[in-house]
Amino acid sequence: MALDDIYKETILDHYKHPRNKRELPEAERSCTRNNPLCGDEITVLVHLEGDRIGAVAFQGAGCSISQSSASMMTEAIGGGSVDDALALAEEFRQMMAGELEPDEDRLGDLVALKGVVKYPIRIKCAVLAWDVLQEALDGAGSATGSAPHAVG
Amino acid sequence: MSGHVGGLDVDAIRADFPILARTVGDKPLVYLDSAATSQKPRQVIEAEADFYAQHNANAHRGIYQLGEEATERFEGARAKLARFFGAPGPETIVFTRGTTESINTVAQGWGRKFLREGDQVLLTDMEHHSNIVPWQMTAAVTGAELRFVPLTDDGLLDLSDLGSLLTERTKVLGVTGMSNALGTITPLRQLIDAAHAVGAIVVVDAAQLAPHHAIDVVELGCDVLAFSGHKMLGPTASGGFYGTAELLDAMDPMLGGGEMIHEVFHDRSTYKPVPYKFEAGTMQIAQQVGLGAAIDYLEALGMDKVRAHEEEITRYALDQLLEAGATVYGPKDASIRGGAVSFWHKDVHPHDLATILNEEGVAIRAGHHCAQLVMRRFDTSATARASFYVYNTKDEVDLLVDALEKAEGIFAG
Repeated sequence: MALDDIYKETILDHYKHPRNKRELPEAERSCTRNNPLCGDEITVLVHLEGDRIGAVAFQGAGCSISQSSASMMTEAIGGGSVDDALALAEEFRQMMAGELEPDEDRLGDLVALKGVVKYPIRIKCAVLAWDVLQEALDGAGSATGSAPHAVG
Repeated sequence: MSGHVGGLDVDAIRADFPILARTVGDKPLVYLDSAATSQKPRQVIEAEADFYAQHNANAHRGIYQLGEEATERFEGARAKLARFFGAPGPETIVFTRGTTESINTVAQGWGRKFLREGDQVLLTDMEHHSNIVPWQMTAAVTGAELRFVPLTDDGLLDLSDLGSLLTERTKVLGVTGMSNALGTITPLRQLIDAAHAVGAIVVVDAAQLAPHHAIDVVELGCDVLAFSGHKMLGPTASGGFYGTAELLDAMDPMLGGGEMIHEVFHDRSTYKPVPYKFEAGTMQIAQQVGLGAAIDYLEALGMDKVRAHEEEITRYALDQLLEAGATVYGPKDASIRGGAVSFWHKDVHPHDLATILNEEGVAIRAGHHCAQLVMRRFDTSATARASFYVYNTKDEVDLLVDALEKAEGIFAG
């Protein structure tokens, strides 16, 4: 059954019990973006400790794919280096583009989102949090607005 | 079996639509997105194919038999539309790619010419973006101001303060005949009379109304009525608008180019009379011919029966959705609304719902439906929307509700 590929236990678990979905007062970097097409909205908050991600949190609302992706992302990158986070973002995008067979050791729970590749219109739901993360890390402070690239 | 709904023999109608015989995965297609675009009967598909196979030439140009045949069929479609909408004559029907292009043509051709700083354009909070953005663009150029009629919690126009919104400063009232996001049918006659009383013109977005309701533009008294052929069984890029002779004469064309001119000089040109001054370049000839066949099809069904079918299936869908526990946006009374039913089922996000329904072969729309003002009014970012047309059955509504329960099960686990 194809749906099992997308609505996996892991995804529903992160959707219903999101990790790191909270305020992060010590965050120096934040970015908020929405996808006006469906209303998915994600804020990513990052507290840096040198070149490491000391803490990361997210806030937002939207479909199970966008919100579970954000939750899994915070677990995957928290405590690691900024460079690692950006490399992981690239790997995740490649997986969602169907260009890369995912490395479970590196991507962990995120591999559950691989099934979304079969639903092209939903891919941007999965990638939204990562785009927002990248912008938060690239930027100097906070940014808000819609993400034009996320409009399908 | 599906049998009759609202006096339409739905089984016989379904046999005319080749696409309804296909499957999605291993499930029969249940197409519930006709508010986005309708499916096409073979009569329309064949009319378009026959035009290309037998009569294709540019219209209004060739001095040879094919050219005359093409022109005759293109103009024949215009005459059918004029009759269908009760227009005084074919010259009051302008062909465009549909409602969006029609409203842009009026907002630019009339709006930019006649609107001044201090003038107001009154729209409503239930307009499709196509009846908002063109006026914003015109307002930015002219200095005119946009105002909006608010909505009640039931999804009706809140006309309690209409007197202060519709004033002598109002030059245009732009209003939908039926909301694509809420299904609401608006009181057009009352609004048109009120707008004319203050000297405003009325531009009706009939994209959703025209496919389901008999419309007589003269009786209605509107100045412009825009429609989309592809939502009323016609090909994509077919459609146009009705305009009063006076308004069309006064308007400037939006596009300049071939075929719309009378004479061209180095420094100026003169234009053809209406409607041709609005039809620059080669038009969607085969598509408008296809729309003519769609009009024939709808007239053969009878628009009264088309509306009766819509009302009956909408009433059934509202009952079933509410009973299943869905939250329905817009009026709950099928007699004052159309068949575009927006809802949110339990805790299942519309995008997740649409994906799960797709696995059951059920095609619905999920998103903001190009009506972000409506979404904001009801404090949601998206809804799921099922919409119905002449080929839909109550069995299909049942399949929708079964699929909703399946989605609910996945998310309840």
